[in-house]
Amino acid sequence: MSDERNVEKKGFFTRLRDGLAKTRNNIVHGIDSVFSGFSAIDDDFYEELEEILIMGDIGVSATADIIERLKKQVKEQHIKEPQECKRLLIEGIKEQMHVDETAYDFEDRQSVIMLIGVNGVGKTTSVGKLAGKLKSRGRKVLIAAADTFRAAAGEQLAEWAKRADVPMIGGKEGADPASVVFDAVSAAKARGVDVLLIDTAGRLHNKKNLMEELRKMNRIIDREFPDAHRENLIVLDGTTGQNALVQAREFGEVAQLTGIVLTKLDGTAKGGIAVAIQSELNVPVKYIGVGESIDDLQKFDADEFVNALFDIESAE
Amino acid sequence: MAFESLTEKLQNVFKNLRSKGRLTEEDVKAALKEVKMALLEADVNFRVVKQFVKAVEERAVGQDVMNGLNPGQMVIKIVNEEMIALMGSDTTEIAMQPGKAVTVIMMVGLQGAGKTTATAKIAGKLKTKGKKSLLAACDVYRPAAVEQLQINGKKQEVDVFSMGTDHRPAEIAAEAVAYAQKNGHNVVILDTAGRLHIDEDMMRELQEIKEKVTVHQTLLVVDAMTGQDAVNVAKEFDEKVGIDGVVLTKMDGDTRGGAALSIKAVTGRPILYVGMGEKLSDMEQFYPDRMANRILGMGDVLTLIEKAQENIDLDEEKSREMAGRMKKGKFDFEDYLESMKQMRKMGGLSGILGMLPGMGIKGADLESLADDKQLRQTEAIVLSMTKEERRDPKLLNLPRKNRIARGAGVDIAVVNRFVKQFEQSQKMMKQFGGGGKHGRGMFGGFPGMGGRFPF
Repeated sequence: MSDERNVEKKGFFTRLRDGLAKTRNNIVHGIDSVFSGFSAIDDDFYEELEEILIMGDIGVSATADIIERLKKQVKEQHIKEPQECKRLLIEGIKEQMHVDETAYDFEDRQSVIMLIGVNGVGKTTSVGKLAGKLKSRGRKVLIAAADTFRAAAGEQLAEWAKRADVPMIGGKEGADPASVVFDAVSAAKARGVDVLLIDTAGRLHNKKNLMEELRKMNRIIDREFPDAHRENLIVLDGTTGQNALVQAREFGEVAQLTGIVLTKLDGTAKGGIAVAIQSELNVPVKYIGVGESIDDLQKFDADEFVNALFDIESAE
Repeated sequence: MAFESLTEKLQNVFKNLRSKGRLTEEDVKAALKEVKMALLEADVNFRVVKQFVKAVEERAVGQDVMNGLNPGQMVIKIVNEEMIALMGSDTTEIAMQPGKAVTVIMMVGLQGAGKTTATAKIAGKLKTKGKKSLLAACDVYRPAAVEQLQINGKKQEVDVFSMGTDHRPAEIAAEAVAYAQKNGHNVVILDTAGRLHIDEDMMRELQEIKEKVTVHQTLLVVDAMTGQDAVNVAKEFDEKVGIDGVVLTKMDGDTRGGAALSIKAVTGRPILYVGMGEKLSDMEQFYPDRMANRILGMGDVLTLIEKAQENIDLDEEKSREMAGRMKKGKFDFEDYLESMKQMRKMGGLSGILGMLPGMGIKGADLESLADDKQLRQTEAIVLSMTKEERRDPKLLNLPRKNRIARGAGVDIAVVNRFVKQFEQSQKMMKQFGGGGKHGRGMFGGFPGMGGRFPF
């Protein structure tokens, strides 16, 4: 692991913990107290576990699954110690959230990355940050501003493009986003671009026509750039609750998802819904957003994420 | 879907609860267990759910079960009432300064909650009430935030005040208020940058604005999809900046919106508006009953309860009488018509079956069973009978049946089938001692729902 990454990691983690410390006194409370407060694994113990998982936004059914699996393991392995049980639980989730090494292959291939999601989750910001990241790796990047709906979305992205020092292709407000995509793909091919990043308008997944619009954009890339490696990343707000699962399911219907960008994890939210999404839809988290500056988009680290989820003081 | 499994679970609860009269502790606990799950699925904060459920339990045990409802439904009725009481408030409007004085409204919230959009929408709403608003662009951080506000302001035809991004937000706010006073605006809405509730510096910035200008109303803008963390956000904003009201955005999605309950429970501040769409006109007033309905995810049960309540006085007597006749096997076509009438009042058979988790009828069955068209056909047949024929089905011979078929506009075979099935169900009712298995109220009035009737 490079030094740079270590620094990044520490920055995020310290900040996350600082943030947590401030609210810990009222609502958030740690798993350690649960495990140490119990001398035996009984119903109360499991109930308390359930509470922590639900409070982390993992959701009722995913929590029930996790607890059930844990109970089975505890029985099979004749575990008596709450501490041992804790280790099992955490390792289980970490394993589940583990990201394949091939997950980031696209960074070094010729690829088209489309960022999609509902309104206000941080798509434009994530596109900007990703552009900066890839640019600094020496990749030739092009940004497409296919959010032609929201007022000043193009201007917002243009600012990010400037910061990352990459070119951008845009359309007028109200233009057909599919045409922007078409133009961008043509330009990417003509200019020999390595990575084409497409920012799309926020859309609620229950708006049929907007989802059809997205399906069309996806189809155009398929058709016009069949050789490119494809990434459809859904951007999810880390503070979102159970609806994020529905979002992932519905967006996956119109454009097959290859990963999740989980944003706004620098607050007190834990983003636990990603666990539910991983188990139900098998879509991995690839990046997390932990701040506003261009470096605040990081590769997902399952250990770190799960530790934060359980409010564990130090990464072991 | 979560809703389906919830309905199924409720159905099981209802099946096991047959106690009459008062709600026992057992009834309440069983139903509340499902309610608790529903609330958690809706993202109501765990702690809030716990408190809320406990409060409902205390109120519900020992209460009389309303006629027409089963204990489970009765508990949900109470839950619903409590939720509406909790979320509702006397304040439903932004409090304005009297006369020509300028009202200053500050919009605050996390990033991406929808502050800028909400700012313009509220200005548009106030405009219809004769207020002249000035929007102040105090988000100096997010790229193009100022432009976004300017464009939205233009769309709503309200003035926007901006000083670029090189001034402190408090300074911009003060200048905006001065500008408003000079130019005859009576409302100033400050659009502030999205910020994390734990970002001390950024929270101080809001305090600074409040020190510099008199802010009359601070509105917290919250994404309706927010999960468990909503309580932290609301609490911190309220403690550090102080909020007067809440705007719930992105309610046009399919989220159940439990955050609304959490926030209200934690802060006690009224929810004033809900954002129902991307268009600037899509800002609506907050209705606690609709919200409760949505959070609970049992809208259909609630509708049923409501309708039962409406119809109960009218029809209780009749259905009791009918149930009595049924037990004796004396159910005739007149009774059939009467029960049809009642059903129609409750939204037709498919309406009722769809609403009733306890009926245990699923999709496809429902379709075939509750064909309202067919129902109308059979009703036409009965209406084509004379009074005597309706009272005494035995009178029906071939010429009479022919006449009825012509009258109802159906083939005689249809009439034959209907009469035959009717006779069979009459017999069956007698055998079973009546279809009033559900025992009470109006559901006792619908015999043979399990397909014994010819529809």
